[in-house]
Amino acid sequence: MNPLLGDRRSTMILVGPALLVYSLVMLVPVVWSLGYTFFEGNAIVGFSFVGLQNFGDLLGDTKVHDALWFTLKYALVITIGQVAIGYLLSLLYVFVLRRSSSIVRTLVFFPVVLPTVAVGLLFQQLFAIAPQNGLVNSFLNVFGAESVDWFGDGASAFLVIAIMDIWRSMGFYGVLLYAGLVDIPEEVLESARMDGATGWKLVRSIVVPLSAPVLVSALIFSINGTLKVFDSVLALTNGGPGTSTSPLTILMFQTSFTNGQYGYGSSIALLLTMICLVVTVFIFRASRRDLTKG
Amino acid sequence: MSSITSAAEAATRPSPHRPVRRRRPLRTVLARIPALAAVGLLLIVVVGPLVWLLLGSFKTQREFLEQPVWALPQQWSFDNYVQAWTTGNFAQYLGNSALTVLPALFLMLLLGSMAGFALEVLVWKGRGTVLLLFLAGIMVPTQLILLPLFTVYFQTGLTGSLWPLFITYTATGLPLTVFLMATYFRAVPREVFEAATLDGAGIVRSFFLVGLPMVRNALLTVGLVQFFFFWNDLLIALTFTNSTDLRTLQVGLLNFTGQFGSIEYGPLFAAICLNVFGMLVIYLLLNQRVQKGLTAGSVKG
Repeated sequence: MNPLLGDRRSTMILVGPALLVYSLVMLVPVVWSLGYTFFEGNAIVGFSFVGLQNFGDLLGDTKVHDALWFTLKYALVITIGQVAIGYLLSLLYVFVLRRSSSIVRTLVFFPVVLPTVAVGLLFQQLFAIAPQNGLVNSFLNVFGAESVDWFGDGASAFLVIAIMDIWRSMGFYGVLLYAGLVDIPEEVLESARMDGATGWKLVRSIVVPLSAPVLVSALIFSINGTLKVFDSVLALTNGGPGTSTSPLTILMFQTSFTNGQYGYGSSIALLLTMICLVVTVFIFRASRRDLTKG
Repeated sequence: MSSITSAAEAATRPSPHRPVRRRRPLRTVLARIPALAAVGLLLIVVVGPLVWLLLGSFKTQREFLEQPVWALPQQWSFDNYVQAWTTGNFAQYLGNSALTVLPALFLMLLLGSMAGFALEVLVWKGRGTVLLLFLAGIMVPTQLILLPLFTVYFQTGLTGSLWPLFITYTATGLPLTVFLMATYFRAVPREVFEAATLDGAGIVRSFFLVGLPMVRNALLTVGLVQFFFFWNDLLIALTFTNSTDLRTLQVGLLNFTGQFGSIEYGPLFAAICLNVFGMLVIYLLLNQRVQKGLTAGSVKG
């Protein structure tokens, strides 16, 4: 113990304000929000106690089922897409471009810092059909294909969302995974090459296992972000057509603020939080088990 | 988590894989062609939409409706930008964003670095618990705290001002800031602070006079990362801006098409452009730091 750096009053002065603000604005509301799940009503008309009714409704509500299904489908597809393409990019940086990769890395990373709303509106125009074809449909026409009404049904709208979100984030995962690959000692790769492992064989048997920890953290980060997707879907399709591209976050927002059902909205938010926790713990444990086996 | 931060530091280090410079046989040169084609395609996919956006921002409504989409603008006039800036209320939205994001950043960095210092350098009972408490905040989705906050802001009469945004940004940024600042203070030898305290500076003073200057690089990195989170935020801004006067840049942009009735393509493209190329300026100046910071911030889940 160090008496020099152990003054109670100074500690309070330094950590107190942050702890106070954090508790009041984040911790208390979390508990409060859990309390809301037993009530119905909102801030303007007041609340009344309904017990476990909100959770009962959650189980039988087809809107929730659809939103949950979309959220899971979106999270799975985008996570795999982001991490896989990010990994390909990082392999490209490390093994093909090598020291000249800096400029490519910087360019591909740029969309990451762009406001999602701006990117969403841009992609709306890229995939537009009326009143004038966007870049993508014009491109299809050049090859003799018909213009596609991308936002006309759920499946093609989903495809556009997926393309946009992967376009937006692949540079991020490229750099994140690149950092993991750079840490692999050159001697290990060299000796593997001498043993005759080249190309994909080298990647599969040496590079992938050695970069497993950073792959796992990329997966966890990606799934947590994609389960909570809000901005990109809201800006691009606003959940439509109909509610075919509404994730839980948009459903929660509409339930709470458009319909004024705070209790039910909180229940949806809680459901989302639980899914994030369960998935994170699941990936974490699955990866730990694999590592001890190998 | 430590693997991520150390990995992020490595991101900016020059690669240790040194290719040995020697004359390559023709076969290996040919073998590189598919890879180079892939890089070319990659760059077209990344840069193409942005170039198209920039070109579009100079076109008139007529050109949008009658010319093919890849036609160059007929003249380089800034009318669209002027219209986006004035009729589109862009000046006000920019002001609102700056007025909430910058003070929130300042307060968050101040409180966060103080707490990070106390949690990493100082010795006291319960600091492990408090650090864990802050870490838990990184996992909390914003959706879970919106409704209680909305109720409180409504009942205290803060709704209808920019205060809810400022307060919410400051607090939601704290967990990650505290965590990252604690990590950075770990790298500073404790003897420095012990010496400062021995010289009679007092702990709080030695934090401000010795500690803060030593981590000013870290402050810039963390500030930059949080700047992107706050500036690009839509969820919090959408929840707490209940009138046109309060809209931030993102909320304004989302409602942009509504301003004119029917879609005016030129001003819309110009508005998106202002948003995109404003970020480009910051990114060009600080891209190494941005890449390093954002990947280090990936513990935020």
